[in-house]
Amino acid sequence: MPSRSVKAAGLILLIAVACALPFVLSGFRLFQFSQVFIYAMALLGLNILTGYNGQISLGHGAFYALGAYTTAILVDRAGVNYALTIPAAFLLCLVVGFLFGIPALRLEGLYLALATFSLALAIPQILKYFEHWTGGSQGIVLSKPKAPWGLPLTRDQWLYYLSLAVLIVLFVLGRNLLQGRVGRALVAIRDNPIAAEAMGINSALYKSLAFGVSAAYTGVAGALSGVVVAFVAPDTFNVFLSITFLVGVVVGGLASISGAIFGALFIQFVPNWAQDISKAAPWAIYGIFLIVFMYVMPRGISGSLRLAWSRLVRPKR
Amino acid sequence: MDIFIQQVMSGLATGGIYASLALALVMIYEATEVVNYSQGEMAMFSTYLCWSLLQAGLPYWVAFFATLVLAFVGGVLIERVIIRPVEDAPILTIVIVCIGLLVILNSVAGWIYSYIQKPFPTPFPGEPFKLGNIYLGKHDLGEIGVTLVVFVLLFVFFRFTTLGLAMRAAAQNPVASRLVGIRVGWMLALGWGLAAAVGAVAGMIVAPVLFLDPNMMGGVLLYAFASATLGGFTSPGGAVVGGLLVGVIENLVATYVSFIGTELKLTVALALIILVLLFRPSGLFGRVTVRRV
Amino acid sequence: MTGRRTVLALVLTLGLAVLAAPVLAADPGVTATEIKIGNTNPYSGPASAYGTIGKGIGAYFKKVNDEGGINGRKINYITYDDSYSPPKTVEMVRKLVESDQVAILFQTLGTPPNSAIHKYMNEEKVPHLFVATGATKWNDPKNFPWTMGWQPNYQTEGKIYAQYILKNIPNAKVGILFQNDDYGKDYLKGFEDGLGDAAKKLIVLKQSYEVTDPTIDSQIVNLKNSGANVFFNITIPKFAVQAIKKSHDIGWKPTHFLNNVSSSLGTVLKPAGLEASRGLITALYAKEITDPQWKNDKGMQDWLAWMKKYYPEGALDDQANAYAYTVAQTMVHVLKQCGNDLSRANIMRQAANIKNLELPLLLPGIKINTSPTDYAPIEQEQLAKFDGERWALFGELYDASKK
Repeated sequence: MPSRSVKAAGLILLIAVACALPFVLSGFRLFQFSQVFIYAMALLGLNILTGYNGQISLGHGAFYALGAYTTAILVDRAGVNYALTIPAAFLLCLVVGFLFGIPALRLEGLYLALATFSLALAIPQILKYFEHWTGGSQGIVLSKPKAPWGLPLTRDQWLYYLSLAVLIVLFVLGRNLLQGRVGRALVAIRDNPIAAEAMGINSALYKSLAFGVSAAYTGVAGALSGVVVAFVAPDTFNVFLSITFLVGVVVGGLASISGAIFGALFIQFVPNWAQDISKAAPWAIYGIFLIVFMYVMPRGISGSLRLAWSRLVRPKR
Repeated sequence: MDIFIQQVMSGLATGGIYASLALALVMIYEATEVVNYSQGEMAMFSTYLCWSLLQAGLPYWVAFFATLVLAFVGGVLIERVIIRPVEDAPILTIVIVCIGLLVILNSVAGWIYSYIQKPFPTPFPGEPFKLGNIYLGKHDLGEIGVTLVVFVLLFVFFRFTTLGLAMRAAAQNPVASRLVGIRVGWMLALGWGLAAAVGAVAGMIVAPVLFLDPNMMGGVLLYAFASATLGGFTSPGGAVVGGLLVGVIENLVATYVSFIGTELKLTVALALIILVLLFRPSGLFGRVTVRRV
Repeated sequence: MTGRRTVLALVLTLGLAVLAAPVLAADPGVTATEIKIGNTNPYSGPASAYGTIGKGIGAYFKKVNDEGGINGRKINYITYDDSYSPPKTVEMVRKLVESDQVAILFQTLGTPPNSAIHKYMNEEKVPHLFVATGATKWNDPKNFPWTMGWQPNYQTEGKIYAQYILKNIPNAKVGILFQNDDYGKDYLKGFEDGLGDAAKKLIVLKQSYEVTDPTIDSQIVNLKNSGANVFFNITIPKFAVQAIKKSHDIGWKPTHFLNNVSSSLGTVLKPAGLEASRGLITALYAKEITDPQWKNDKGMQDWLAWMKKYYPEGALDDQANAYAYTVAQTMVHVLKQCGNDLSRANIMRQAANIKNLELPLLLPGIKINTSPTDYAPIEQEQLAKFDGERWALFGELYDASKK
């Protein structure tokens, strides 16, 4: 195991590199990487629930939509500053997610997955119904914000840094949560719920909390996506989005924080590569990628790296 | 009263569509404990194969049964070649493989056959029956009929034949089954093959109404999941009932509850399902699993 | 352990960073030998049936290139799949503009995708031409001088039907079936606006459906039951067939207005039944390719020859392929009009300066006109009634620009 100071140095180097990128990459690439950061937040959220706590959700697109529309409605209809909408989305989704978690307690594995799937299905229709608030199927058009305080940054550079900053905050929060008591409780509930209860863990509370926090993370991702893409429309938040999140979490690696980044890179870039490889049937290439990934790395990228690392570093005799 | 009956009949016809695919979903689940997300696309692809056979000049029922055979073989191959390597992997890994399969089938179908919708013949053509003021489409009735026939056949197979019993055993307890001499691997493959065949039936029955295009089963799959969830994933009868119920309730709510109308039809159907799940978490007819410590 | 893997994660990120430093050319996307034209289309996903338009355009540009190009330059047509998803459209369009350095964007498809890039295109001052949507908001030269639509917009068509009803069907009881999205709602708005104050009185029932719904039978039953004697049918081809068939099956015979989107004889009326389709009314601006009345028309024959040579995998009964042909011709006309000045500003200027352009597949009498205050190229439509065999044109050519 590398020592803590080596790990810390590595992380600092990484963040430094990430901060330097905006001066090297074009606006379009920065947009893509901002999307990666946003997906990573959403995937970390889903991972908290599904990876660490074993509750499978196929409906996280709903919380992403909730966050995105919170931003859109607050900015467009109420003139709120976009930066304030991010904590607003966090709080709103935390509460909604927690409330969702309560009835979800009754549902096991497959049925929870299907119930959340149903939620994801209904979202576009619900968004279109409340036309007065959501702008209906036309959606809401926003403006990309300029860098604040007169910073000499283009809008793309500013949004990149904003996304990166929020990502780091959420990651640090998540790490503290998951590597401490709460994380252990979540994992215990996942692996053996009956034993966990027997040991005194308040299963119901933790499971609902997991739902809440997970939703909050995904909601923040949605809010930021509203700011970065500057457009929200109901049909964007369809079932396929929720499925994409699940793909990202599994490919990246369940129960892993770094898995969120790997997964985000996968869902952002692999479809584009697939298009470059084959114009005729790009999604077939994507599907093949997916299947091959699962064969070679059934525990996701981070799971396989963990395995490879532990094989490399043999215990000293 | 007339409108009520007409909407119920309409709902049963639509529900029949959902039920037929839901049956295939439940079948795979019963046989392999896997929820197959690519079930809809497998059904769609089989229907395209049938279309090609029809274009080549084969008469309808010959093409129909030939497609069933092709679908069965395809299902077996998919299980043995694509699913087998991840059989022992965590459940979510298998789900992702199924999603990969979904995407591949959809894309290849679009590439080979293009995305333009194609008409597909019905084995039940003709003007609708008229009972008083109620119109009953011949194809709609045929749809419900075929779904029921398939259901009965499956029921009999699983309940009363040795092979069916072996398949159920292999799915529920592979270790014990092996000890008793059941070839678990082949049972799983058989399960997929059968489910693929059932899915093919669903596709061919549905295509005359929905028109054949690569995205044909997308909407149906969603409703089929809802139906199987409502009825219980462990009960084929439940899947059928669930499908019919979803179809009927959707229509009745849209017709009679005017503030919801048609703009929240789907939402209502899904809300109902979630409600049912809160009171009966394994669905209306599902088996409640007891977990021992 | 987490730290190490996170390091690896972001190293991968770096490794993937492709440096694309844009070189600003004098006229972006233009060299002495080529013009780069960018496009996004849904080649996958729920709207993939429209992807044939993107392909058809490519096929037409190939014909133009084979015949020498435009003023000595060949067209380099770059098209990407956006799966009809606005965030993807934004990404692909930014790639086209910033990475591929195209001169203009042409026929990007869909209202939500185009809404997502609307501001961007105008801020970057890139011509956003002849977008493939019938929404009304693309005709706004004052606020969005770089964006222009092409086809007659949905609201205009809705108004045409409304005014016909007001004039010719005094005791109308109107039932409407519409797709629950921007396309359906746009038609609905035009129709209701066209009826004006009478809308509340005349419309007895509105029923919607989602694209993912398997059938709309239940909605048709409700519409019949409402006593409506006029039916405004705002559906895409798949559901239009169901609507026509079901109405016929349950013995409901209203005056049936069918939106232009589903007016194809070959893909809608035939499967629904030619007898069941008798009496249908629609508004057309182009020649319908499966309509026998145009069999010996020179424009139609040229189109067929083009399909056979350059787009053999395209369907000969899909009106979208006639649409692609005609809109591509419009683009080529504008580029020719630019002469040797292919700056973005001039391309936009010429696009806003089309005078009385008649194209072979447009209905006789329909002319394309634009000006700096009029960004709606096609504003004329003609009503047609199906007589069991063909769309018989009747009435005068309706001209929205004159209202």
